[in-house]
Amino acid sequence: MKILVCISKTPDTTAKIAFTDNNSKFAEAGVQFIVNPYDEWYALVRALELKESGAATAVTLINVGGADNDPIIRKALAIGGDDAIRVNATEGDSFYVASQIAAVAKEGGYDLVFTGKETIDYNNSSIGGMVAELLDLPYISLATKLEADGSNLTVTREIEGGEEVDTLSAPAVISCQKGMAEQRIPNMKGIMSARTKPLTVKDPVETEVLTSIVAFELPPAKAGVKLVSADEPEELVRLLHEEAKVI
Amino acid sequence: MVLIFADQSEGQIKKQAYEAISYGAKIAEALGTTAEALVLGTVDHASEALAALGKYGASKVHHASDAGFDAFDAQVYTAAIADAVAASGADVVVFSHTTTGKAVAPRLSARLKAGLAAGAVGLPDTSNGFVVKKSVFSGKAFAQVGIQTAIKIISLNPNAFGVKLKEGSAEIAALDLKPIAGKVTVKEVNKVKGTVPLSEAELVISGGRGLKGPENWFLVEDLANEIGAATACSRAVADAHWRPHHEHVGQTGGAVAPNLYFAIAISGAIQHLAGVNRSKTIVVINKDPEAPFFKAADYGIVGDAFEVMPKIVEAVKKMKAEG
Repeated sequence: MKILVCISKTPDTTAKIAFTDNNSKFAEAGVQFIVNPYDEWYALVRALELKESGAATAVTLINVGGADNDPIIRKALAIGGDDAIRVNATEGDSFYVASQIAAVAKEGGYDLVFTGKETIDYNNSSIGGMVAELLDLPYISLATKLEADGSNLTVTREIEGGEEVDTLSAPAVISCQKGMAEQRIPNMKGIMSARTKPLTVKDPVETEVLTSIVAFELPPAKAGVKLVSADEPEELVRLLHEEAKVI
Repeated sequence: MVLIFADQSEGQIKKQAYEAISYGAKIAEALGTTAEALVLGTVDHASEALAALGKYGASKVHHASDAGFDAFDAQVYTAAIADAVAASGADVVVFSHTTTGKAVAPRLSARLKAGLAAGAVGLPDTSNGFVVKKSVFSGKAFAQVGIQTAIKIISLNPNAFGVKLKEGSAEIAALDLKPIAGKVTVKEVNKVKGTVPLSEAELVISGGRGLKGPENWFLVEDLANEIGAATACSRAVADAHWRPHHEHVGQTGGAVAPNLYFAIAISGAIQHLAGVNRSKTIVVINKDPEAPFFKAADYGIVGDAFEVMPKIVEAVKKMKAEG
């Protein structure tokens, strides 16, 4: 069973969010970029565990982006994976990116495609579903657990107020979140070997774009906290009842 | 026409569907068209439950009642919704950005090659194209997303618009749709019984490491019980197994957007704020006046939770007694 793991580059979780060019672009200056945590901690690590247990034979990483994404791809390869593919495209919406991933997945004959549940920058939670539809495959989103017995999969996914256990057979697309695996810290051997793992650069397939970001904006600044004395909890309750009208 | 997918679970229309219909009805009003709902699967007391969707602004409810839709399979649902879109001639399709919406809306987008605004927080601006405001950077910013295709798909962040009650009763139209053969078998559905699911809660009381141990969770639970709130916790608390993981809110846990997020003894690291910053009102109780959470809060008390919380519970009881 071959697994394709989708890896996105995102700003660090503590990065300052600001915009340039008349609020049309994310201000990258001084920002540290990381592998999207859901992709790295859950999708990638679970794929590696499946390979270690013998359920999977190969783990390939895929990223859609420019050459400046290569350090992030190497960072993911330091955690694990046999090789990586970067589709050389810098523009495009979720559908464009999903179309690139679907084309690679189809050509490579992967049995499982893993994504994180969303990226922490655009929060669309869309790539997995779009890839699944483009490949006409079943899709389990927001998975918290996955066991493989040959090509038979048992997957637990989040639902409102609980969880659901599903069974299906590969090939399939799965979006992964907390519970699937535990974050791994790359070791020196991994970092050294990542430098020499194959990273293939592919040209994008021709695809339309369905949406575009017109502008970004920051939320209005908070008015500031209204502090209530620790001796007057009744006042807090009154404010919540009469002013905020939430209780 | 604006078609709103009204999701059901175990025969009940989900709460978020009412909000999605309210939102879709407002869009329809702006576009001078009708808002119609689509329901798949068996619904209890269908004639009353579906007609009642008119109260939120749906003039018509298309109901494909085949029991094959009772268990969820994103692939099967997508094929059915695509057929319903084609049959009804909808040009705007609205989902709630819930676990179902997140699974189906992107599939439908790819199937119909119809642009998707995922996680919308506002009504579309149609003055120049079709532009929808959505949450990005885990609630730290917004993006205006332009949809360029003839059919537009929007998934609405829960609690971003609110339920708007109107007068009216919806006409029910039986939709003769058969599910395609699915590839997913639902083996078990396990719902946490007796408590408000975190994702649906309007009020959330949350505790952090400052509460020192799981035995002190009555400080969270007493207030939650008193006001009918769901309980949540910080990552440190879930990682220490003081509370179950599904209660963890933050960047890597769940995101919530309740009317009230009441944080007790949580310092408010940026990763935690990312999961709660869409809350309408934030209250912070922390003994450290320098806790970063106060900067994101609307109301706060600098004080020891062990002393303050019982007093707050008493004050709520008193307020309720006085009506």
